[in-house]
Amino acid sequence: MSNKVVQALYNDDDVLLSAVKEVKAAHHHIEEIYTPFPVHGLDKAMGLAPTRIAIAAFLYGCLGLTVAITMLNFIMIEDWPQDIGGKPSFSFLENLPAFVPVMFELTVFFAAHLMVITFYLRSKLWPFKEAENPDVRTTDDHFLMEVSLHGNEDELTALLNKTGAVEVKISEKH
Amino acid sequence: MYTFSSKLRTGAFVLMILGLLAWGYGYISAPATVEEAKAMVADAHHGDGHGEEASHETAAHDAHAAEGHAEDHSAHDEHLLHQLQNKPWAALYVAAFFFMMISLGVLAFYAIQRAAQAGWSPLLFRVMEGITAYLLPGAVIVFVILALSGMHLNHLFIWMDPEVVAEDELIQGKTGFLNVPFFLIRAAIYIAGWVAYRHFSRKFSIAQDTAEDNSNFKKNFRLSAGFLVFFLVSESMMSWDWIMSVDPHWFSTLFGWYVFASMFVSGITVIALISIYLKSKGYLEQVNDSHLHDLAKFMFAISIFWTYLWFSQFMLIWYSNIPEEVTYFVTRLEDYKLPFLGMLVMNFVFPLLVLMNSDYKRVNWFVVMAGIVILLGHYIDVYVMIMPATVGDQWYIGIAEIGAVLFFLGLFIYVVFSALTKAPLTPKRNPFIEESKHFHY
Repeated sequence: MSNKVVQALYNDDDVLLSAVKEVKAAHHHIEEIYTPFPVHGLDKAMGLAPTRIAIAAFLYGCLGLTVAITMLNFIMIEDWPQDIGGKPSFSFLENLPAFVPVMFELTVFFAAHLMVITFYLRSKLWPFKEAENPDVRTTDDHFLMEVSLHGNEDELTALLNKTGAVEVKISEKH
Repeated sequence: MYTFSSKLRTGAFVLMILGLLAWGYGYISAPATVEEAKAMVADAHHGDGHGEEASHETAAHDAHAAEGHAEDHSAHDEHLLHQLQNKPWAALYVAAFFFMMISLGVLAFYAIQRAAQAGWSPLLFRVMEGITAYLLPGAVIVFVILALSGMHLNHLFIWMDPEVVAEDELIQGKTGFLNVPFFLIRAAIYIAGWVAYRHFSRKFSIAQDTAEDNSNFKKNFRLSAGFLVFFLVSESMMSWDWIMSVDPHWFSTLFGWYVFASMFVSGITVIALISIYLKSKGYLEQVNDSHLHDLAKFMFAISIFWTYLWFSQFMLIWYSNIPEEVTYFVTRLEDYKLPFLGMLVMNFVFPLLVLMNSDYKRVNWFVVMAGIVILLGHYIDVYVMIMPATVGDQWYIGIAEIGAVLFFLGLFIYVVFSALTKAPLTPKRNPFIEESKHFHY
């Protein structure tokens, strides 16, 4: 009993959004929603916490900037302060303008790539990952809401049918 | 309809009078003779200034190495006198240009919003039109200062001085472009083009409120697209004429863009500040924090764009270090270190850190704080563009400079808020106004 979920299929994102609100109002727990494309406002309706990936990206950018500064300072100023075309290699600040392009690019590089990797890790995506798709139609033109089943099965099915679901089915939790 | 609060009107007049008095004091206390100039500098540099003065002497010696010693000293003193006499004029010019530039930046932003058919901004069109009302008086004042320079009432533009040109082959080679009549004719053409666009766009905008169809809107769209072409050419040439020509030996190709970025970000900041003010007084009820968020995003992005151009100009010249170009930055780094580097902090680092967070862009006081710093930073930007060529190492942000800023601030407030009372603050019948009212990000 506790291992079962109810899957309701919708064929319109507006119907889905209002269904989410009704199901939330009836205090059912929405396990997951599968959509073929981003539905604006779905995360708000579901009450999902905002993402913190931008904060992570900022920190990665700071890391990239630090790496760039440390690297350039060591190579160009400390290790072998050679005179290359009259550039002042006496101190980091004196030669700073020449380093800015590298500092900028490494900041962007670290921020972008580490943020993408963070996204993959947090959303558990990798090349040979097995797809977790409960219904193939959800990648094309259907929306699927998965509600955990505690207690009365008929009542929940009736509620989901009332919200405009085109199909309601009960399946074992995978 | 907006009513100009009497407090703000009085405040504007107080600013104008105070500013005029302060500037007038600065003008009167400028030295009239070489002796007075020398006395002023001796007073100012008493005690700690010796090292600095020694470096001037060397610089002057290098410049006039071929000339005799006595002649060199009198030339140096005359140079000093001109710099000190220029101070109040340069202060006036920087402030006049700065406020004109805000208004012109808003006009460019407005034209872009119309040409791009932006759906979020029509609610703010009347605010932008109010700010661009300052363009006519502001640009005319700049024009008058340029004309007075052409009549040799000051030494802001050394290429206007026939004695200088007679000995300067570099400027002689440029007299085909840099001569007073052509200079003033060009200035008049730029101003006429900008003001004409502003006039007709405002006219169509107001006519659209009571129109039966969208023909005024379409006319405005075409006019704005045409204006943007004219603006890009005229703005670039304006920056050569009005700013770059104070250093007639120096040239930079991306200078027009650099000045544009400065005016664009100042203009957007002023739109944000005035919108926040009007909303706090209850006049822009339909403007929500998403509109504010968009303006703050523009402030953030164009601040970075300005820095990109600043750095591109600086780094290319610093890297190649060609003597004829690099003097521009050498004088700035030697004599203007604090304002030159300080404006980078104010125009880049501060907005970068303050306006990066999406939530903060919706907080009024955050945007106001960032906006004030950005505006002060861009005043210093114009200051650092004009002052080294006109007053050199005699710069000081004193009574004349602050007075000029206060005067133009008062005038700006008076003209802008008077213009805001002339038309309803929410346009009617604009095809995008409903979208704008429901704009949500």
